[in-house]
Amino acid sequence: MTHVTTQVLDKSVAANGGSVRSGSRRARSPLHGGPLAYAVLIGATLLAVFPFYWTLVAASRSNSELSGATPALTPGPNLFHNIGEALQQAEIGKALLNSLIVATVVTAGVVLSSTLAGFAFAKLRFRGRGALLALTVGTMMIPPQLGVIPLFMVIVKLDLQNKLPSVILPSLVSAFGVFFMRQYLVQALPDELVEAGRMDGASLLRIFRSIVLPVARPGMAVLGMLTFMATWNDFFWPIVALSSQNPTVQVALKSLGQGYVPDQSVVMAGTLIGTLPVLVVFGLLGRQIVGGIMQGAVKG
Amino acid sequence: MALSSTARLPAAKPGEPARPAKRPGRLRRRIAPYGFLAPFFGLFAAFGLFPLLYTAWVSLHRVELQTSDRMDWLGFQNYSRLLSDPFFWNALRNTFTIGVLSTVPQLLMALGLAHLLNYKLRGRTFFRVAMLMPYATSVAAATLVFAQLFGRDYGLINWVLSSIGLNPVDWQADTWASQFGVSAIVTWRWTGYNALIYLAGMQSIPGELYESAAVDGASRWQQFRHVTIPGLRPTIVFTVVVSTIGATQLFGEPLLYEGNSGGGISHQYQTLGLYLYEQGWTFFHLGRAAAVAWVMFLLIVLLALLNAAIAARRNRTDR
Repeated sequence: MTHVTTQVLDKSVAANGGSVRSGSRRARSPLHGGPLAYAVLIGATLLAVFPFYWTLVAASRSNSELSGATPALTPGPNLFHNIGEALQQAEIGKALLNSLIVATVVTAGVVLSSTLAGFAFAKLRFRGRGALLALTVGTMMIPPQLGVIPLFMVIVKLDLQNKLPSVILPSLVSAFGVFFMRQYLVQALPDELVEAGRMDGASLLRIFRSIVLPVARPGMAVLGMLTFMATWNDFFWPIVALSSQNPTVQVALKSLGQGYVPDQSVVMAGTLIGTLPVLVVFGLLGRQIVGGIMQGAVKG
Repeated sequence: MALSSTARLPAAKPGEPARPAKRPGRLRRRIAPYGFLAPFFGLFAAFGLFPLLYTAWVSLHRVELQTSDRMDWLGFQNYSRLLSDPFFWNALRNTFTIGVLSTVPQLLMALGLAHLLNYKLRGRTFFRVAMLMPYATSVAAATLVFAQLFGRDYGLINWVLSSIGLNPVDWQADTWASQFGVSAIVTWRWTGYNALIYLAGMQSIPGELYESAAVDGASRWQQFRHVTIPGLRPTIVFTVVVSTIGATQLFGEPLLYEGNSGGGISHQYQTLGLYLYEQGWTFFHLGRAAAVAWVMFLLIVLLALLNAAIAARRNRTDR
């Protein structure tokens, strides 16, 4: 890699004279940001982060403080009281547990089924491969929201309404996930490795377990994080399939937002703890999530 | 490397082995790939493709929420009811205006931010992570918080407006103000995400292009205009497609903005997604809701075709 880079540099220097050297170095490692760039970026960061801060402020105040002439701008003392109220009034505790179960099972299902299918599309030859891949990619862009009515009728028929499988089953596979893993494995998994396994007489399942899975792991991790967040935040289908008696976090937040609980500071406390788990994940893995999104963008 | 690439050659035709052995593994090997696809396609057919297609069939029937296993043939009656409902047209119009209000500024800001993020910066990871944070929040959480901020009497935004001497705005009852409020939520959640997508695109533009532009004496703005933007074109098309599809589906934001499925007191910010939900789960007409879903699907197909046409024309004029 470094060899190639120096070669290119040498060529451009030879062709255009020494003065290009500084220019080309600038282009390789982009320009330093000036004060204006920092100012704009800090402004944008503040806009992005302020609503989080304000949620904390509102969640730690009382309702009367929120409806005063001058709004409070710093956190107050009522945070734990409000969280307690939210846990009691809107089933937030149960919602957190339900969301954890749903998001975990869905993530496992999506990552596994996507890696299996992604491997087949990336490295195996079989009849109908092109057509099946086109079908997968073609439907990737169609919003699942458009299928909710038949889905609802199926769930009612299976007597799954208001039960967790109703939100787990339809999300267990993802066309995007298959495409994502295919793109990842096309690049990351050398044909020779698979071929070597075949020469040794290993079955495809064996090859998958001992050759594909270790190579696929980083891609699976990124897909897992994205799926977990998307499932945790899923809104339309859960509010149709579940109710406030057996909610996921988003269903509970909807009840909060529809005046189920009149106290605004309690609503904000509920919002805060409903968002906290994703924010913790984000705080721990933010860098990897950023990397994953940027990777996916280049490949997609 | 050279060795392994010759080793790859026989793999080119795994179906036609050098020696046609009758090992029992052959057949299994030929079927095995479908085994890898089965978990995905099985569930995908049942919970992805089938509902999508069956929606069209349901939309030709009377189906009520409480008796959802009973379907009475109606022909196109759901559609004619729809087309004669002023609230349908209202929702279509709102979906369009909110779509423009939320995607256009969002993508322009994302482009600008990506350009800045592409500079050599101190704390660049911090900036990237911070800007992606809104993406991690749910529609529901973000909307509840923004509904507070946009409150008419005690909202922070109106307090700021009046403390700098401006009139407070009725962010709920006023049509444009409420649509702006809903769009602001969408913009807040997705700008950072799109900025990162653009940034990834910018980083894959070869540095040599900038070098030769600089040699030709192109200013920074000209470089942005003639190197960055053309290099980003596929990325821009991608984000435009994804954002417009997202805009046609807008649902959670207008539902929780004031907490009702009507989309405001005079339906001033009711979107098609919300109209679908109202038909199905407030008025219990699943058949009619299915008709709305199918109209939304056609809308997306139309947008995709339009986009393809524009992209094709652009390519032609560029050459």
